[in-house]
Amino acid sequence: MLHIPLWKRILIIALCVIGLAMAAPNIFYAKVEGHNDAASTFAKTKTLTTEQQAALDAWPAWLPNGLVNLGLDLRGGAHLLAEVQLSDVYAARMKSLWPEMRSALAKERSTIGAIRRVSSPEDELRIQIGNADQIQKAVEIAKTLASPIVTLTGVGQDDLQITGQGDTITIKLSDAEKQATDDRTMQQSLEIVRRRIDAAGTREPTIARQGSDRILIEVPGIGSAQELKDLIGTTAQLNFMQVNGSTQDENANPGAGNVLVPDANRKGLYYILGDVPVVSGDALTDAKAATDQNGYPAVSFRFNTTGARQFGDFTASHIGEPFAIVLDNEVISAPTIQSHIAGGSGIITGNFSIQESTDLALLLRSGALPAKLDFLEERTIGPELGADSIRAGAIAAVVGLFLVIAYMIASYGLFGTFAAIALLINIGLLFGIMSMIGGTLTLPGIAGIVLTMGTAVDANVLIYERIREELKRVKGPARAIEIGYEKAMSAIIDANVTTFLTALILFVLGAGPVRGFAVTLIIGIVTSVFTAIWVTRLMVVTWYDRRRPKTLDL
Amino acid sequence: MAFRLKLVPDETKFDFFRHQFLTFGFSVVLVIASIVATAVMGLNFGIDFRGGTTIRAESSQSIDVGAWRSALQPLDLGDVVITEVFDPSFGPDQNVAEVRIQAQNDEGSITPQTVDAINAALKEVTPDVKFTATESVGPKVSGELIKTAILSVLAATAAILVYIWLRFEWQFAVGAVAALVHDLVITVGIFAVAQIKFDLTIIAALLTILGYSINDTVVVFDRLRENLVKYKTMPLREVMNISVNETLSRTVMTSGTTLIALISLLVLGGDVIRGFVFAMTFGVVVGTYSSVFVAKNIVLMIGLNRSEKKDPAEKFFDKNTGSEAK
Repeated sequence: MLHIPLWKRILIIALCVIGLAMAAPNIFYAKVEGHNDAASTFAKTKTLTTEQQAALDAWPAWLPNGLVNLGLDLRGGAHLLAEVQLSDVYAARMKSLWPEMRSALAKERSTIGAIRRVSSPEDELRIQIGNADQIQKAVEIAKTLASPIVTLTGVGQDDLQITGQGDTITIKLSDAEKQATDDRTMQQSLEIVRRRIDAAGTREPTIARQGSDRILIEVPGIGSAQELKDLIGTTAQLNFMQVNGSTQDENANPGAGNVLVPDANRKGLYYILGDVPVVSGDALTDAKAATDQNGYPAVSFRFNTTGARQFGDFTASHIGEPFAIVLDNEVISAPTIQSHIAGGSGIITGNFSIQESTDLALLLRSGALPAKLDFLEERTIGPELGADSIRAGAIAAVVGLFLVIAYMIASYGLFGTFAAIALLINIGLLFGIMSMIGGTLTLPGIAGIVLTMGTAVDANVLIYERIREELKRVKGPARAIEIGYEKAMSAIIDANVTTFLTALILFVLGAGPVRGFAVTLIIGIVTSVFTAIWVTRLMVVTWYDRRRPKTLDL
Repeated sequence: MAFRLKLVPDETKFDFFRHQFLTFGFSVVLVIASIVATAVMGLNFGIDFRGGTTIRAESSQSIDVGAWRSALQPLDLGDVVITEVFDPSFGPDQNVAEVRIQAQNDEGSITPQTVDAINAALKEVTPDVKFTATESVGPKVSGELIKTAILSVLAATAAILVYIWLRFEWQFAVGAVAALVHDLVITVGIFAVAQIKFDLTIIAALLTILGYSINDTVVVFDRLRENLVKYKTMPLREVMNISVNETLSRTVMTSGTTLIALISLLVLGGDVIRGFVFAMTFGVVVGTYSSVFVAKNIVLMIGLNRSEKKDPAEKFFDKNTGSEAK
């Protein structure tokens, strides 16, 4: 009567073994973490110090090496929630548009009269003309400066929305362009923040976009949120510089007034550059992937007024020569000047793939943060507090586990022991799955695990109580066990589905540590149902097959 | 038979309705008292919901809260709350205090200058003080967090309501949700009375209580549903009594293991999550009580239409779902 097919037995055991193997690295946390750090350093730089090599060798590469991430509240570190002031970018665009507009309109001064910028909200440009009856003509001229949008959603729209009323032209970014700009600004901000934090060499920071205009930054192991802010606040150095030569010799003397700068992509290539930038990166207002006149991928860029003039003068006198785009003291591109680039916008052509041109545009934009960051939330947790929390949580968990096991065995004897073993496997599986998906363990998460210990035995309690009841009604322990498992099922499902629903809502709506709690709760529900129903049943059935008891001692 | 720890005898025949006016009245009084207490005393909102800054300070010397307060006076920070934290797990040279400062004007979060000024002022009084955690939440975010918190509690309650409704009769859903509201209101009431810090993690605890309490209630309901089919003519009241009695040892066992785990966490888990664990521990007690004394009373009050001969369990799932070992 009691029978579990072989394939099912194998499956249950295999799942347990895999789960426990995945959990095992957490027992050697420091060792595995050292190994993983060294491995990622190696992947990046291809070189290792002897210490790093030792750390790499400390854990065999063929063993599973997934670890449960420790949340900031356990490891210490800083958390920032920043809001990107997206409208800053609109304002900057309008500001840089004015000189262009002025010169375009100035050519028709004889018909439209005097031109003058009048006060307006920051994200609008209002221009008053002398002859109100020529407003249509003025709008026509202004519209020549607008360009069609190429994003999927904005097809058929121009980037500028230009209207004329009375003697005033009002210019705004169109909604589609605003959306595209917002997206670019967010991407750019994320990229810049990531570059700056990566440059500081901290471990696995979390930099994620949250909602439409927010960036969440979590960096473990950093001293304070203030340090993190300082780090983000530093401007990456983007410069456009004159190229005076190139060399393969990293110790070459570049000569007076020159500097030696390595190429970012080709190892062993060095440029000799004039040490005064022609234009510095903060003059760059925008860069995007584009195509050149032959349809090849290129990058278009735009300077502000000062930058435009400097760049115009330089290109006029250096046609045919290369100039270097230098980011954080590495040459990321050294295109040749084809012609005089006036007006502050230009195009960088090269042998780009589409991906490369997109990346380069991103890199160019990542010189300076495009918009101000407002910090809405900041948290610093010291490493000592985190260590204290882990210790306290671990002690509580072990004591709780021990007590629950003792209570179960005292209440159900052998069957209680089965439940206790299943509980241990359950906790192992929980850690195994957390390690596999790279879940983050937080302080409330530890509480979630402890809570799981308490509730995980619930399914077993339901089953055992049911078996006890059935023992009074039916003949033979085998039948009682079978009916016990069967009848307890609907209560187990209902009870766990409802808990699962609340945990899911916690996960969707919760933030930070609360989300960590929800993750452990969700995984805990799944693993506890598995262990309570299948693992204990396997143990009970195996035991029963061996002993064939006449009565059940439950 | 070997030794068995049995908190509940094998057969119980408690009449859970005998004192129903007493128990139900007790619940009603507690709920009203909680609402009044929350309204009058208000909740001690943490910075998640109020905005502002908390600084956790540790020192090996004892902390003179009065001296700290007067040290911070000249900084003109508005509302400053300094509380000393005591915990059994602290060593004799571990003195911890929490300084809470209200949100400063409309800024996103507190300025670093302010934090530095506070730190410097406290160092004057207690030279070896260390600042182990600093958290700052701007008013904009705190408003959103309140909204999200309320939304998540409502969403969880609604989800449970719908699930129970699909799985059982609608009367059960009403009873279960009434019991949940009862548990939540009383737990929040305790937080108001004891003025324990109420922050985001407490919301997580409340949601967990929702899940736990419904878990308990569902087990009773599940048995009730089964017994309704079995005893077709027995008065509802008696069927309910039998069902609660039959599940009583399970209820006590499970609440027991959960409380064992939670109490070890409460005692040994450190002060950082004490509020969170306290909410859960308290909620488990109230949740167990409500599943025995509240949920089914509501169902009894509404009454069930028992003319339907079909096993209600067949409404949604096959009753034997998952039982494959035959």
